[in-house]
Amino acid sequence: MDELFTISTLIGILHSCVRLATPYLFASLGETFGQRSGVLNLGVDGIMLMGAFFAFYAVFEGHNLWVGVLVAIVVGIMMGLLKAFVSVTMQSLQGISGIGLYLFGLGLSSLLFKTLIGSVEGVSGFRQLAIPLLSDIPGLGHILFNHNALVYLAYLMVPVSWFVINRTTLGLKIRAVGHNPEAADTLGVSVNGVRYTTLMIGGALAAVAGASLSIGLQNVFQENMTNGLGFIAVALVYFGSWRTVGVLGGSLLFSLVNALQLWVQALDIPVPSEVAVMMPYIMTIVVLAFTARQIQKPAALARSYERGE
Amino acid sequence: MNTRLFLAKLIDILLPVLAMVVALVVGVLLLFLLGTDPFEAYSALIRGALGNVSGITQTLTKATPLLLVGLGICIAFRGGVINIGGEGQIVVGALAATAFGVGFGNMPALILLPLTLISGAAAGLIWGGIPGLLKARLGVNEILTTVMMNQIALRLMNFLLRGPLLDPEHVAAGTSIPQSAALPESIWLPRLVPRTLFHGGAILAVLLALAVYFLLWRTTIGYRIRAVGLNPHASRYAGIPVAKYVTLSLALSGMLCGLAGAVEVLGVHHRMLEGLSGGYGFSGIVAALFGKLHPLGAIPASALFGALLVGADKMQRAVQVPSALAIALQGLVVLFVVSSDLYVRRRTRRRVGDDGSAGPPATEGGTRDAVAEA
Repeated sequence: MDELFTISTLIGILHSCVRLATPYLFASLGETFGQRSGVLNLGVDGIMLMGAFFAFYAVFEGHNLWVGVLVAIVVGIMMGLLKAFVSVTMQSLQGISGIGLYLFGLGLSSLLFKTLIGSVEGVSGFRQLAIPLLSDIPGLGHILFNHNALVYLAYLMVPVSWFVINRTTLGLKIRAVGHNPEAADTLGVSVNGVRYTTLMIGGALAAVAGASLSIGLQNVFQENMTNGLGFIAVALVYFGSWRTVGVLGGSLLFSLVNALQLWVQALDIPVPSEVAVMMPYIMTIVVLAFTARQIQKPAALARSYERGE
Repeated sequence: MNTRLFLAKLIDILLPVLAMVVALVVGVLLLFLLGTDPFEAYSALIRGALGNVSGITQTLTKATPLLLVGLGICIAFRGGVINIGGEGQIVVGALAATAFGVGFGNMPALILLPLTLISGAAAGLIWGGIPGLLKARLGVNEILTTVMMNQIALRLMNFLLRGPLLDPEHVAAGTSIPQSAALPESIWLPRLVPRTLFHGGAILAVLLALAVYFLLWRTTIGYRIRAVGLNPHASRYAGIPVAKYVTLSLALSGMLCGLAGAVEVLGVHHRMLEGLSGGYGFSGIVAALFGKLHPLGAIPASALFGALLVGADKMQRAVQVPSALAIALQGLVVLFVVSSDLYVRRRTRRRVGDDGSAGPPATEGGTRDAVAEA
């Protein structure tokens, strides 16, 4: 057992945990914007796949990594616009239109991948970027300050999102529209305008989440490579009670389990790891069950808004 | 029936068809941009799905699980809840059916077959019932719980197919394909057309479509499910125990999905293997929406989407256009169908009638609030 629990394996696990939280963070912070304005976007997984493919394709064709991220953002905004048109302008049932968006993204990213690339290829993605001095701290330095740029960016998005939602005019409008669209409308806030904005922000972040997989963490694109991660991201927003700190906690929980699973597989420990991997899902259900009544969710969540005639 | 109502109904039926046409047109543009010949691709798709006996039977074989899942989705929607957990319910249904069929393989077929189907249905019922109960009692969003239950079911499958349910022959032979032992041949569902995969599950599915129609529109339980779906607040004042019917809708929905898994095992694969759910949990939602959330509408709709899936596979082999096109088209159909609902809702607001094809139920928001207050 000595081998299993050395300090260096512990550091390794925590390092992976910090790193693997990246896609969860981008996607669920993006989803937080939409939900705070009252729109449930269940299509995050589809947007992630589109972002993952386009970022990968750009890099595969020899472009700069940041160009890849930019391309993903543009594609994500377009997917967000599609979702906004269907669920804001056409006022469709939000859960179901999300499924439509998911299937569209899943199918289209696979179609494009098979047509334009064909086989599984690798690219050299974002490199580890040790932060001078800080990364030299024993243990902690490697865990926190020895990652690629997208990982740092994901954590930076936590305070940025908090600031935008809680301390800016846009954030105030977002919260107002999510809480009471009728009142916001009366005060001259464009309900649809705000919701279009949040869905575009959410789409961009979801696409970057996908890009963080295809050109940051795995450096490969495969069909359906997200494996339902986008759906988890939606649940994490509920799990985190629509607060950015809560979302951060949920993301770390899921990434910790992923990191532990990698470790268990690597050391070939005879633990039925599949059973252990169920735990975060079961825990999420339990947490939702205990908090469903207490937490203050955006009152107008998943409700279409139509101006009175 | 006066002319105006007739026209309205006609448009209701035509809207999904129109959505399909628009999706196909977008598909043409996509294929064109990708440098393939769209018409060659589409004709390969249609020929593959409907061009010969083999294609038609494959289409109907694929349509069977789609119809069963679609029926489950109809019940959930009519009850005002959304069931995204079809995939997981199919998986646990298939697992339970396999475990029972293999475990009690010595029983006479006449008893074993129904019990195997029932265990699949029961597993689905539980898998759908848990989110139902959590929603009804604690107000937990069923979309999230069904998504989580999908993930749990997949992990459970990975575990069981690599451990307790792993085929002993494979273990002995040293190969490690994660699949179960075969079920006794005596309980395989009969082939309806010899030397094809088309099996008796299709008949079962159509009979169940009639049964679900009867349940929803000819019984008190069905009336209450629909009442809760249309207006949970009013239902509560009318004395309907809303929480009970919310649970019931999701449990019944899960039951039909679980049955779909059992039927796939007994009719097609004769054992449990990875990838058995094959996206039916999502495609079933598409078929149900396309059939206007009506059990009888789900019959032609699932045949259509069965044809799309089979045709897309054939197209990939014949002209090398990826079959993923079918998934993208399904997504577009959903987006167009839900968007066109705006038109239906605006009209039904003016004229509310319950003739089995009225506007969509008050899913989302509505029930959740009412349930939370209950």
